[in-house]
Amino acid sequence: MTSSSGEISARAIEPARRKSLSHGLSGGRFKPSWIPLHLLLAAGSLVMFVPFLWMLFSALKPLDEIFAQPPRLLPKVWQPQNFVTAWQGADFARAYFNSAYIAALVTILTLITCSMAAYAFARIRFPGRRVIFGIFLATMMVPFQLTVIPLYVILGQLRWIDTHLALIVPPALFNAFGVFLLRQYVRGIPLELEEAAAIDGAGRVRIFTTIILPLLRTPLVALGIFVFLGQWNSFFYPLIFLNSDQNFTIPLVVNQFKGAYSSDWTSLMAATTMAALPMLLVFIIAQRQIVQGIALSGSKT
Amino acid sequence: MPLAPDVKRRRRTEALWGYAFLTPQLVGLIAFMLGPLIFALFLSFSSWDGLGSRTFVGLQNFTGVWQNAQLRQSWLNTAWFTALQVPGLMITGFFFAFFIQKAGRLTPLYRIFFFAPQVTSTVAVAAVWLWLLNPEISPINALLKSLGVPNPPDWLQDPGTAIPAIVLVSIWQGLGYMIVMFVAGLQNISPTLMEAADIDGASEWQKLRKITVPLLSPTILFLSITSIIGSFQVFDYIFFFFDTTAPANAHTIVYDIVNIAFREFKFGFAAAIAIYLFLILLVLTGLQLLAQKRWVHYTE
Repeated sequence: MTSSSGEISARAIEPARRKSLSHGLSGGRFKPSWIPLHLLLAAGSLVMFVPFLWMLFSALKPLDEIFAQPPRLLPKVWQPQNFVTAWQGADFARAYFNSAYIAALVTILTLITCSMAAYAFARIRFPGRRVIFGIFLATMMVPFQLTVIPLYVILGQLRWIDTHLALIVPPALFNAFGVFLLRQYVRGIPLELEEAAAIDGAGRVRIFTTIILPLLRTPLVALGIFVFLGQWNSFFYPLIFLNSDQNFTIPLVVNQFKGAYSSDWTSLMAATTMAALPMLLVFIIAQRQIVQGIALSGSKT
Repeated sequence: MPLAPDVKRRRRTEALWGYAFLTPQLVGLIAFMLGPLIFALFLSFSSWDGLGSRTFVGLQNFTGVWQNAQLRQSWLNTAWFTALQVPGLMITGFFFAFFIQKAGRLTPLYRIFFFAPQVTSTVAVAAVWLWLLNPEISPINALLKSLGVPNPPDWLQDPGTAIPAIVLVSIWQGLGYMIVMFVAGLQNISPTLMEAADIDGASEWQKLRKITVPLLSPTILFLSITSIIGSFQVFDYIFFFFDTTAPANAHTIVYDIVNIAFREFKFGFAAAIAIYLFLILLVLTGLQLLAQKRWVHYTE
């Protein structure tokens, strides 16, 4: 942790560290009560993890083995060619690219627009500030199924249906939750920092880019993770807004694959593995940041 | 009292900066939220397929929702889904969170396992469970048979088990988020309170009921509000499991909204259903916020 993000992140992490030092296996003294605790958690972990193993090993089986009774987790004959079939059955390379660039672009744009609006709401006086902020908050209650029908019509008028613009522009330009989350943090930044910079002759833009944004690092990372995950895994909007294969994102390709190869279970599992693997790997590498980011996004509301 | 001209000018520049910083999100608010919202309201009183002319039909869409047998069934299915899923999710979430935060150095390891489904797309999760729940190849059914259950169900096709099976899948996927939120809440409870209770000779159960749950109540309220909203909107699993041919007992309300809007192109009728959904969510959230005075404790 750098000192710039110190204030906020230290508070969020410290209790966790205190706890983990005073309890559990690192605590030194062995307690018999840990045995049922860890047995329970290990059993839970198994339930959570076996479906993933089932997915992976099923993807490596020949088709006839999946009907074996009783079912076996591991293949008798290993058949990695399923992955080749899946890769050729749908345009995975393009779908990876589509998903990645859409999610990245939406994330970056959302962070920029939300932090700008958050700064305006937290620090600048302008007529209507309270009312507009109230409207932002109120819209968080609106279910997206209510706006998706008119949105479809509007995007159709803009000729954005079946283009990636339909998936990028609306979420990048409107995220009430992000505005609210970041505003809470801007309010926590000491006003004196800004005043000192203003005395030195810094304008609003300089203050925003050189003082506010660096201090917002922790919530920006959290919101960024939240937005990226949501976009990467999004199914509803792409399903409704996209029609052409070459525009599809990963979840749509898996859905299409299921329709086309309905009885080819092993290839479907290979396709599913390819869909799930990138995020799982990222998660295993960066699990601390991701979990903290999700917790922080939730706890501030 | 008139303001000095330079103060006035400074205030105006200040306001202009405010609007400048707000512009991108304000454009989004108007174009992608308020505009569509008003449009949806108009649509709900109209009959329109998106292409031809729009005709005003009064309250016909709103009354039609309750005359449609499938929709009545779908509302019930959705309510049943929520009634099973939200308590199931919160109780299992709290249960594992309570123990995971006691696991010390192994906490991050367990967290990986419990949180992994959360970072996986609903489509991938649904694909895996489509396999695990298919009676021809299901290892779950094989296990049940070996445990002496003669006829394990065809989970997704049998009318009685479709919704509970989807609840199971959604709890499996959503558990990680619940655990993370509950652990964050539990870690905010001051250890000195627990030590004081220990000195007074309180049992684990007493500490749970008198300290942990009351101090956790803001987290519980937040999770219950957001989970109910989320569970009323369940769609992805059902669409992936059944495509457009879900049996009547597996339809949820959002599944019907999507079919009616984007397959039958009855935009007005679908908008009316969505407005009912919005109103129901407003009432459910409002009730929870009203009830919070009775049981939610805020420490600050």
